[in-house]
Parts: sequence; C-alpha cells; structure tokens
Amino acid sequence: MKNKIFTTLLIIIFFIIFLVFYKGLENSNIYSPNLNVEKSIPLFEAKILGENKKINSKDIFVENEFYLVNIWASWCVPCRDEHPFLMNLSKQKNIKIIGINYKDKNKDAIKFLKELNSPYQTVLSDFDGTIAIEWGAYGVPETFLIYDKKIIKKFIGPLNQNSLFELKKLTQ
Amino acid sequence: MKLFKILLVCFILINISLSKAQDNDTHSKITKNLRCLVCQGQSIYDSDSEFANSVKILIEKKIKNGENEKQIYDYLKNRYGEWILYEPNFSKNTYILWILPIFIFLIGGFVIFRLFIIKKN
Repeated sequence: MKNKIFTTLLIIIFFIIFLVFYKGLENSNIYSPNLNVEKSIPLFEAKILGENKKINSKDIFVENEFYLVNIWASWCVPCRDEHPFLMNLSKQKNIKIIGINYKDKNKDAIKFLKELNSPYQTVLSDFDGTIAIEWGAYGVPETFLIYDKKIIKKFIGPLNQNSLFELKKLTQ
Repeated sequence: MKLFKILLVCFILINISLSKAQDNDTHSKITKNLRCLVCQGQSIYDSDSEFANSVKILIEKKIKNGENEKQIYDYLKNRYGEWILYEPNFSKNTYILWILPIFIFLIGGFVIFRLFIIKKN
C-alpha cells in the first residue's frame, strides 16, 4: 500500500515537473521589451551636438507637454527611412522632437541633418552609447513618446506610417 | 632613507595595480552575468555589439563611481527587466527555477535511499 502511494506521488511530481518544462518551451527566448510601460524619464547630462555646451535632462523636458525622443545615427540605414516621418511630425506644434545622436561622428551627424533637414528641436550627442542605455534602448533607431515627464510609448525600429498614425492619435 | 623611499614607491604601485585588478574582476564578473539583448546566446562580456560595448562602458563608469554589484544589477533590471540577468533574483516569478533543482535532488535522494539502502537492510 505504502509503495503504491509512493509510486503515485512520484508520477504526479514528475508530471508536474514535465508540465512546467513543457510550458517553458512555449515561452519565447527572444527579448521582447514591454512597449507600453509608463516610466519616468531618466536623469542625465549630455553635450549638445556640434556645441561644447552640456545640458541637463531636467532643463529639456517640461511637464504637461509631449516630447518625442528619437535615438538615431548617421550610419544607421533605417534611420534614413524613418526621417520623412519625423519631418512630418515636426510640423505638429504640440510635440517637440529631441534627437539623441548614438555613437556617431559629429561631422557625419551634422552632414546627415544638413542633407535631410532636421526635425529636432535639440540634438544631444551620445558618443559612447551610455545615454541610450539610460533610456533602456538597445539599438538604433528607437523612439520614445513622453508626456508629463513620463515615457508613455516606446517604438523599437524605424517609425512607419502605422506608428505615425498611432503617434498622431496619442498626441491629439 | 633611500631604501624606505623605494619600498614606499613599491607599496603604492602594488596597491594601485591590486585595486585596478579588483575593479577588472568586478567588471568581468558583472558583464559575464549579463545577457546581450542584441546577440542573444552571448553574454555582455563575450559580445562585441554596440549595445554590449555601451553596457561595458556604463558598468566601468558605475564601478568608478563606487556603485556595488547589486546597484548595477538593479539599475539594468529596472531598464531591461529580469531577462538581462543570467542569474535571476529569487522572486515570485523565479521561485520554481530556484527550488525545483533542490526539490528534484531531494526526491532523487529519497528514491535511492528507499530502493537501495532500505531494501538492502
């Protein structure tokens, strides 16, 4: 009798363990960040692109206003693709676009903006990529929509027609 | 006096190199426990991606600023989630992960004990 209980218990336990592992197999092993978490914006200090002046993030973002922080680089091809959408958004008066130039040469970044026009109100230089880490980014391009000093939406990869539509809807 | 000066210089040099080695140890220990989110399957330590290199620079800065391992892990966890850590902390989401091997080990031990030791007696 005792042996029967023991064997049944053992089978049940191993079945549970099997279920746990089997369920684990269904989980994706690719990093998929949460795009809709409301988080406060990070505090940092950065150089303004092409200038020797440093600026604190506290002086950039104001409460009750929409900001779009776009991490970009002149060497990044998808950044070129999303540029027309940023130019389109820059026409919208209730949103200010802040650029973070990621691991780029100043000369190349300025040339890029001269060639394609600048949608940015301010461009910050992130020469070693640590400011992008402050934002929780892991590549370029990445875009954050900010309202009331909080990140309300994150766009990974280049902006497209759908994200432009979503941004316009969110900022209305 | 001359000997004393030489000894003093040696002492300072050894101390500097020891503290540098300690910093390097902490740096590699932390980066080996972080998952590269761009090239998954590699640690930040092994990876040479732009993301991994930026994280390495940031960790170096944080160590220089006197932050400890836990503070650095918390900082990165806050931005990228538990997924960035190879060795996740004990929490409600990870308790099965931590307890299951011990549980299996205990059951295994119990089975061996019952089957071989008790039966032998």
